[in-house]
Amino acid sequence: MQTVTNQNSGGLRQWLTSNTPQSRFQARCGRTWLAWTKLTENRLAMIGLGIVVALILITILAPVISPYNPIAADLTKRILPPSAAHWFGTDQLGRDILSRLIYGAQYTLMVVGLVAITAAPVGLLIGTIAGYFGGWVDAVLMRITDIFLAFPKLILALAFVSALGPGLENAVFAIALTAWPPYARIARAETITVRRSDYIDAARLQGVSSRGLILGHIMPMCISSVVVRVTLDMAGMILIAAGLGFLGLGAQPPMPEWGAMVSEGRQFLLQQWWVSTVPGLAIFVVSLGFNLLGDGLRDVLDPRGGD
Amino acid sequence: MIEIKNLNAWFGENHVLKDVSLKVPANGSFGLVGESGSGKSTVLRTMTGLVEDWEGNIVVGGQELGHKRNKDFYRQVQMVFQDPFGSLHPRHTIDRILSEPVAVHKLGNSDARVIKVLEQVGLDNSFRFRYPHQLSGGQRQRVSIARALILEPRVLLLDEPTSALDVSIQAEVLNLLSALRRDLGLTYIMVSHDLAVVAHVCDDIAIMNHGRIVERATASQLAQGSLEHPYSQQLYKAAGGYDRAVIDSFVDWD
Repeated sequence: MQTVTNQNSGGLRQWLTSNTPQSRFQARCGRTWLAWTKLTENRLAMIGLGIVVALILITILAPVISPYNPIAADLTKRILPPSAAHWFGTDQLGRDILSRLIYGAQYTLMVVGLVAITAAPVGLLIGTIAGYFGGWVDAVLMRITDIFLAFPKLILALAFVSALGPGLENAVFAIALTAWPPYARIARAETITVRRSDYIDAARLQGVSSRGLILGHIMPMCISSVVVRVTLDMAGMILIAAGLGFLGLGAQPPMPEWGAMVSEGRQFLLQQWWVSTVPGLAIFVVSLGFNLLGDGLRDVLDPRGGD
Repeated sequence: MIEIKNLNAWFGENHVLKDVSLKVPANGSFGLVGESGSGKSTVLRTMTGLVEDWEGNIVVGGQELGHKRNKDFYRQVQMVFQDPFGSLHPRHTIDRILSEPVAVHKLGNSDARVIKVLEQVGLDNSFRFRYPHQLSGGQRQRVSIARALILEPRVLLLDEPTSALDVSIQAEVLNLLSALRRDLGLTYIMVSHDLAVVAHVCDDIAIMNHGRIVERATASQLAQGSLEHPYSQQLYKAAGGYDRAVIDSFVDWD
């Protein structure tokens, strides 16, 4: 039995690490496999990945695994301490904190996911265009970036949210608006280092258009830096979302958003510590997870690191 | 096939090409020799449009070039770069590198063309889906040559195609280039600081110094060392190997 599985994985491994891939698909898989093995060697990164995967699983499985309804109040069970029936206790409306945490995971994931898929591509595009064309295009785009960078993130997000009205969607929008400038900066710096390289010149001599060069040749060189930076920033995004929730400008009650939960518990902080502490710990653990993963990804993806 | 008249080029304030003129017949092979910084690569880069600040006449295949190059020009003229490690995109497979120009010029039949051009440069199909970092320097330079050939150009500009390779691989690549010129009827302009390489590949030679052509010669003249300009003689002596007395006698020609 043991030998059979070994042979199987040996065959697959050979296919993945082959020096002479037979198809585009195999070449891509081999490359991914190489990055993956490098990532698995990093214990801390794997812990981070574990936390992130757990967050995703919890989000998907929330209705199945949560023991109670997260928003149904039961005033006979107000602020009960942690016990076998309520692992993390209950809050001021008698709602089970564990269930609220489990349902709150989806909001955290939503904030992080939406900001990442909106801010990162925008930053990447602006940065590569500025770096590639240079001259006045660069000047205009980078001054706009500077203006956004000059604002403190939370304050700008606060201003947006108060203009648009409180709510999680608006909080996400506000965070995305303030998150893209660092990606534009990174992408521009990477672009400037590669745009004069021979392989870009060679592609230009082949008649590849500026558009093709930016999308097909320059962006692949910038993406890894940006991905790493986004992963590292995710902790910050979670904190800003939690901060907006805490200030009452993010998720609105009775949504079990973690920052809002911390905020609701603060009046009982001294006597009933668990009401605030448990969601606070959840924010801490998830932020740490994203940070660890980001550090690991940086080691794997850094274009100057390998090959 | 190629005629350049009074070509001048500038990098900012620096006047890097001064009245360079040369003529290459179809299927001919022209060598530009000179030390680093003499402007020989700049001649090629100006022809391909990578240097923008220039004046003069460049005629390729009967057509005078303006300051903008169009796609048709790139189908006629292709360039092979000096550094095989820097001229292939590190994140693209050989297949992607070779099939992209076919897609850009909408030539169609990309698979067959890639296989054919790999065969022409002596690489078998097992190389097709590798990344550049999985190849040796000589293999990478063959890929660069394949990339230049896939558009079926009439003219190849060779920018020190062998200077980054070790001696045994140099000979292989040079023989490949000579064979390709014969089989495909290509016209070459080759830039090199290595007199032996140029003598091996080229029929006519021009020696450049400080952005100026100081002497023209034929391959046989070069092989015999019967060069007239003092700078050319100096270069010829330098090619003979390191000798303290010879080096001490050198002066900077301007």
